[in-house]
Amino acid sequence: MELYLYLALFAPLAGSLFAALFGASPKTIVAGLVPSILLFVSFVSSTILLVHILSGGAVVHVEMMTWMATGDLYIPFGFVVDQVSVTMMMVVTVVSTVVHFYSVGYMDHDKGFNRFFSYLSAFVFSMMVLVMSDNFAGLFIGWEGVGLCSWLLIGFWYHKESATWAANEAFIMNRIADLGMLIGIFLVYWNTGTLQYEQAFAAMPALEADILTLMGIFLFIGAMGKSAQFPLHTWLADAMEGPTPVSALIHAATMVTAGVYLVVRANPLYDLIPHVGIFIASLGAFVALFAASMALVNRDMKRIIAYSTLSQLGYMFVAAGLGAYWVALFHLMAHAFFKALLFLGAGNVMHAMHDELDPFKMGGLKKAMKWTFIMMTVASVALAGIYPLAGFFSKDLILEVAMIEHHYIIYSVLLFTAGLTAFYSFRLVALIFHGEERYKLFGVHPHEAYKFMLIAMSPLLILAVIAGSFKMTYFEMVTAVLPATEYHVHSALAYWIMTIGTQLFVIAAIAFAYKKYARSGITVPDGTSKMENRLCYKILSNQYYIPYVYEEYLVKPYRELSTVFWKQIDMKVVDATVDGIAGFIYGTGEKTRDMQSGNLSTMLKWMVAGTVGLLSLAVVFGLAVRYSVEIKAILSGLGV
Amino acid sequence: MMEIGLNHYLILSTILFAIGLIGVMRRKNLLLLFFATEILLNSVNIAFAAISHFYGDLTGQMFAFFVIAIAASEVAVGLGLLIVWHKRHGTIDLDTMSTMRG
Amino acid sequence: MFEAVAFYLFAFLTIAMFFIAVTTSQALYALTALAAGMIFISAFFFILGADFLGAVQIVVYSGAVMALYAFGMMFFDTTRDVKEKNGNKYIVIGLSVISAILVVAIFSAPIVSENITALYPMVEGAGNTQEVGLVLFTKYLVPFEVAAVMLLVAMIAGIVLAGKDMDLSLTLLDDKEIEEIKNKKIKKVL
Repeated sequence: MELYLYLALFAPLAGSLFAALFGASPKTIVAGLVPSILLFVSFVSSTILLVHILSGGAVVHVEMMTWMATGDLYIPFGFVVDQVSVTMMMVVTVVSTVVHFYSVGYMDHDKGFNRFFSYLSAFVFSMMVLVMSDNFAGLFIGWEGVGLCSWLLIGFWYHKESATWAANEAFIMNRIADLGMLIGIFLVYWNTGTLQYEQAFAAMPALEADILTLMGIFLFIGAMGKSAQFPLHTWLADAMEGPTPVSALIHAATMVTAGVYLVVRANPLYDLIPHVGIFIASLGAFVALFAASMALVNRDMKRIIAYSTLSQLGYMFVAAGLGAYWVALFHLMAHAFFKALLFLGAGNVMHAMHDELDPFKMGGLKKAMKWTFIMMTVASVALAGIYPLAGFFSKDLILEVAMIEHHYIIYSVLLFTAGLTAFYSFRLVALIFHGEERYKLFGVHPHEAYKFMLIAMSPLLILAVIAGSFKMTYFEMVTAVLPATEYHVHSALAYWIMTIGTQLFVIAAIAFAYKKYARSGITVPDGTSKMENRLCYKILSNQYYIPYVYEEYLVKPYRELSTVFWKQIDMKVVDATVDGIAGFIYGTGEKTRDMQSGNLSTMLKWMVAGTVGLLSLAVVFGLAVRYSVEIKAILSGLGV
Repeated sequence: MMEIGLNHYLILSTILFAIGLIGVMRRKNLLLLFFATEILLNSVNIAFAAISHFYGDLTGQMFAFFVIAIAASEVAVGLGLLIVWHKRHGTIDLDTMSTMRG
Repeated sequence: MFEAVAFYLFAFLTIAMFFIAVTTSQALYALTALAAGMIFISAFFFILGADFLGAVQIVVYSGAVMALYAFGMMFFDTTRDVKEKNGNKYIVIGLSVISAILVVAIFSAPIVSENITALYPMVEGAGNTQEVGLVLFTKYLVPFEVAAVMLLVAMIAGIVLAGKDMDLSLTLLDDKEIEEIKNKKIKKVL
């Protein structure tokens, strides 16, 4: 079993290193196939481990080697495959394998083909370290690793200014959150003496509530950065500058879910501080609504999907915050499948429309791209939460959790957001695939993606449809480590009213979207329509002006400050001091060089000066010897 | 003051030594530099002889004796070198002799 | 009393002479002053009862060494004033004065505490020359011989350095070649 653990963990790394060998060479298909195959190997190992855990096997726990053993601090490189991590491993490997095979086709004409696969596999490796680690330090290593690979991948087309800017924004925001996470980790170590999950969580009930609250808050700040919760959310939409497979893998399925994973993993801690949980849930609900509102009017296809991800992350945090950890994890799993499918479909559309992102400039593509149409529609249906697709089981469960825990505000917010989600998802589908073919105005000739890309996407399609049926198996498995609260509404009648009501509301939203956007006669908005000039439209389409605020009130002053520090302090003070010291030494050297002038007279003078020096030394020491007794008395009087 | 003790001789020797040092440091003509060196050696001789007298020990005089011998040979060789230099460069000014600059 | 008078007189004269030797700009004056100083120093030796040393001082220093210097002076063009570009004279004077003070300080210290004992004590009754002879040829024989070798080397070095036509060795040539050289030289002269 340990073999499979190591295989699952290190196969992506091997793939990454292999592809890195070709980094500077022109595109070679081998550099794409080998990492994909190795990732498939990782997927198979994860599956074997899943079967092992499902059949009641023991948790696989290895300690590969010691990292730090200094004083009281002991941190090993340890990995654990328990129910929670095997779920995450399955999600990560399935989506990664699909994305890898898809990218072989998507990045077909790109110069940086080899580099792409190296980065992508490195990302998967970091994510595996993150989910398989058995202590907070390993988690943090994986955390930083995914942040780095995300930066590399978002800024993949580094010649584009917007891409590098977005990559820096993502990385810096993550860094800010990582500070909070580090403080949280320090608090854990300081108060429990260990960073291993088992021991730390076992020691926590004995701590005071204040310390635990602080720990929980700081760890959650780290999760906020990674999972793009408000106010550290602006990077996620801008991260769409990266290639679409990157968005599918990182910003739908894996990296952004790392925050949720952290909260789920730290569930013993968050169980002890329920008020922090309420805060997390409230924030999650707020983000869900907030992101959905911005997706309503957006005209960038990938951004709509990105805001959708943000919104669903809010759902996951609501579940985690209210103590329903297994529900959050389940929604994470289902969401990963249909969101990745959605992104990959969007990638097909982008390629067909020559990188056009505005859905208003497309339309009627269902004739030209039949399979993509089917996949994206299925994914959107799953996202909207229609029975019997995957989204229904996870999203409705979260709504039930909110209702049962008597958080009616959160429930209503989530319900409203579900309607919004359905609306904007189908707005997108309707604008792209239905109606008249507006793309003909722009002279574009779309064609379907390569066959093998569609075949690669098909596992996600299947999983998006059937994932709901795993619920019971999953529940039994994962509640071995997570709290096993079952959520049942008190009366069956209330349950049916809730469920059917939600479904009807969602279907109504879908119908409204179709009516508005799937008709003929839609034109590309050019800023003059009444809708565009309404205030609420402006606020939403400018993302509540938050990026503007960040730019004006945070970035610009900071840049000014940095310039001051650079020009005034660094150049004038620090450099001047260092140069001054060097200049002083140099000057001393210049002056004393005259000693070696070759002029005998000068040298004789120096000789006499040296003699004088030695003589004075002799006098001083002679006096010291002569009066040593008195000198000792004086020194002891002074206290030396 | 009247009673001449060892200290008087030593102070005299020191004064002469200082004068010799002034000459060594000041002179730019190599020949005159040699003169100053002779002064140094002689002052030391006085010191040796004085100590020898006041302690009843002949070691001082022996040393002074050998110093005289060495001074004589040093003068011979030094002047010879000086002559060779003068033949080659036409001057014995110290400021012009700086080929050994570092 | 006489001793004090003699000491102060000769001390003053010696210092004056050496001072002139060090500061004058004319080389001839310097040479003369130096020679005079040497003589006065030998007076000190006589006052101190080191007769042999005093005699040696006159013969070797004022005689041989000064004669050497006089020959050297004839060789260089020293009738002109010696032009000397002087550096900072305060450094010079300052350094010398300080060194003098320090040396005196060092000397007065052990003298006052009287730590010195005699290694080779003088024999009473014998004259100084005899005593010097006794010690020189018994206890200091090896340094004496070494000094003799050194003087020999110095002499040869002086000859080699200052001599002309040193490559030519008359004893190794046969008569005919010596005739040729003599004729060439006469031709050059004529």
